[in-house]
Amino acid sequence: MKTDSAGAVLHRDNDGSSIIRFLIAELKPKGKILTPFNIISLPIMLLGLILIVIRFWKGLGAVTNLTQEVPWGLWIGFDVVTGVAFAGGAYVLTFMVYILNMKQYHSVVRITVLNGFLAYLFYAGALLLDLGRPWNVINPIIGNSFGTSSVLFLVAWHFLLYMIAQLIEFSPAVAEWLGAKRARRILSGMTVAAVIFGITLSTLHQSGLGALYLMAKEKIHPLWYNEFIPILFFVSSIFAGLSMVIFEGTISHRVFFDQISEKHHAEHNRIVKGLSRICAVAMFAYFFLQVLVFVHGKNGQYLDSAMGYWYLAEMLGFVLLPMVLFFYSYRRGNISLIRIAAILTMLGVIINRLNVTVIGFRWDAAVRYVPTWMELVVTLAVIFTEIWVFRWVVNRMPVLRESPAWAKEEQ
Amino acid sequence: MKIQRRTFLKVAGVSGVALAAGTRLGGARTPAEKTEFFGILYDSTRCAGCQTCETSCAEANSLPAPTETITAGVVRKTDEKHRTVVNAFSAESGEVYLKKQCMHCNEPACTAACLTQAMYKTKEGPVIWRADKCMGCRYCMVSCPFDSPKFEYHSSNPKIEKCNMCYPRLQEGKVPACVENCPAEALTYGPRRELIAEARKRMAENPGQYIDHIYGEHEAGGTSFLYLAGVDFAEVGLKTSLQSKPYPELTKGFLYSVPAIFVLWPAMLLGMREATKDKNTEEDENR
Repeated sequence: MKTDSAGAVLHRDNDGSSIIRFLIAELKPKGKILTPFNIISLPIMLLGLILIVIRFWKGLGAVTNLTQEVPWGLWIGFDVVTGVAFAGGAYVLTFMVYILNMKQYHSVVRITVLNGFLAYLFYAGALLLDLGRPWNVINPIIGNSFGTSSVLFLVAWHFLLYMIAQLIEFSPAVAEWLGAKRARRILSGMTVAAVIFGITLSTLHQSGLGALYLMAKEKIHPLWYNEFIPILFFVSSIFAGLSMVIFEGTISHRVFFDQISEKHHAEHNRIVKGLSRICAVAMFAYFFLQVLVFVHGKNGQYLDSAMGYWYLAEMLGFVLLPMVLFFYSYRRGNISLIRIAAILTMLGVIINRLNVTVIGFRWDAAVRYVPTWMELVVTLAVIFTEIWVFRWVVNRMPVLRESPAWAKEEQ
Repeated sequence: MKIQRRTFLKVAGVSGVALAAGTRLGGARTPAEKTEFFGILYDSTRCAGCQTCETSCAEANSLPAPTETITAGVVRKTDEKHRTVVNAFSAESGEVYLKKQCMHCNEPACTAACLTQAMYKTKEGPVIWRADKCMGCRYCMVSCPFDSPKFEYHSSNPKIEKCNMCYPRLQEGKVPACVENCPAEALTYGPRRELIAEARKRMAENPGQYIDHIYGEHEAGGTSFLYLAGVDFAEVGLKTSLQSKPYPELTKGFLYSVPAIFVLWPAMLLGMREATKDKNTEEDENR
């Protein structure tokens, strides 16, 4: 058990005392308050909050640069479409651990599911900011207004159901934290069902996010529009999610160093190497698909233009290069190089999603959509809030550290 | 048809509907051949560019009266305050006018995109917007090939604005305001089938006056608003590169795959789990 300088126990689960008293004690902030991260993130979060108030008071036009031709901007293209791709690590890892029984990855499942759940909560939550009439958001869920022929209807339902599935997958950690032994037994019995349901949902809505843009046939640059967008979005969510796991693991292992046991520290490099190999294979499949789409679409004619060079930069610099790096560094066992490859891959996924949703959308318009600084601040505020909640949970619940002894005995 | 589907939706459980999102796609749209849609035929060669349609449209729909006048070569667009605009173009034969508004597609992209049925294709033909259902996601705007729906970005209670073919007036037995007030009789309201016949008749009776194309007959799967013109439609600001299949067809394949994946995936995943299990892992289940 770790203790801070004052001698108080830092990370401890409830051991039988009243849950309410325990919760009140846990609500207090832990650790230092004036860290560089807090000093940077707090003002941005406050500013973001003010901007959100203005947005609901004066309308979307007061803070965004959205136009009648480009109705979806940064908040959808980055927060929702890109954020959800990065949350894909949760379904890939639960697939590996619970379906393929690759137990060696078990120690990173909880943190990834938590990361995925919070990503959905906040980035799908950011969708509410973008809705003009958010009080009607309940219409596709209850009532008699089901637009069943809409891809967005499917995506909305899947977001909701997948968040529930992820909450069930994560719930044993909450039960261990609260010392609720009976609840833990019931909840962990539901894990496999939630995983199977969750993977099915993820397959459909990761691709569904791409299918949203299928009807915008003439509006998206031909280098990025094709009928295979759903498949490309699905395949790229595999390595987007896993790169996020590698990246997040790198940071977590520094920030939450004292929570991780010796055993897991030693294991981590092996996990990173394994993930890098999977990334490389998934990226190879993705690159191959992209080449097929390029050749079949006879897209060579578009290459000699600004958008064409941008497309080449994306495909060669942010797909092919990190793929080769993943292969090479896996063979060499070079962890730092794997991390660089993961960061390049993540940049590539951001670029790809933005190319479909923002940069290549209405690329021919006389007035291009460029997000305002306010849209950026709100996006950053959403990300920072997510990190705050993530940190709060990791500092309290058994996510990175070992489960309490009683929970282990039960297994 | 509509009522049956609605009762069916109520009977089917909430989750069942969600899971089988794509299965009733065929039922969600009425086949164009069997329904008599009404529409408007706009004859650009008769239009004098007087903007009466703009003024009467604004009046009928309680929008601010238009103040801009027409200048040849300046392309104005419909927006949240103007459901229709007329533009002037300089052609060899002189100034040519062209009215723009929602096209009221037979199988609209916007209604297929709408997840709350706020965008709705009425059985009479007009595509209307219903405020009590809309959540303001603007997916209709992303999907519409004609960029018809417009959004009030500077309102805390924003509406989607677009031509609704004066649907409330139609229900009172009147014709759309622009049709009623057009002094040049450039606009005709009637059953779409008869409008196409009328357009063909005009083309046959006035050789050389029209180009051989009724815009809207096949564009985007056919629209209720039809155009006749004396010059190429691309010259007067209409999109000529649109596909002739209805736009909802583009997402059909994806939506049809949904029920299949929902049945196959769980079975396959369970099978894989059983197949990769070995004696050792069975002991520490739930780890």
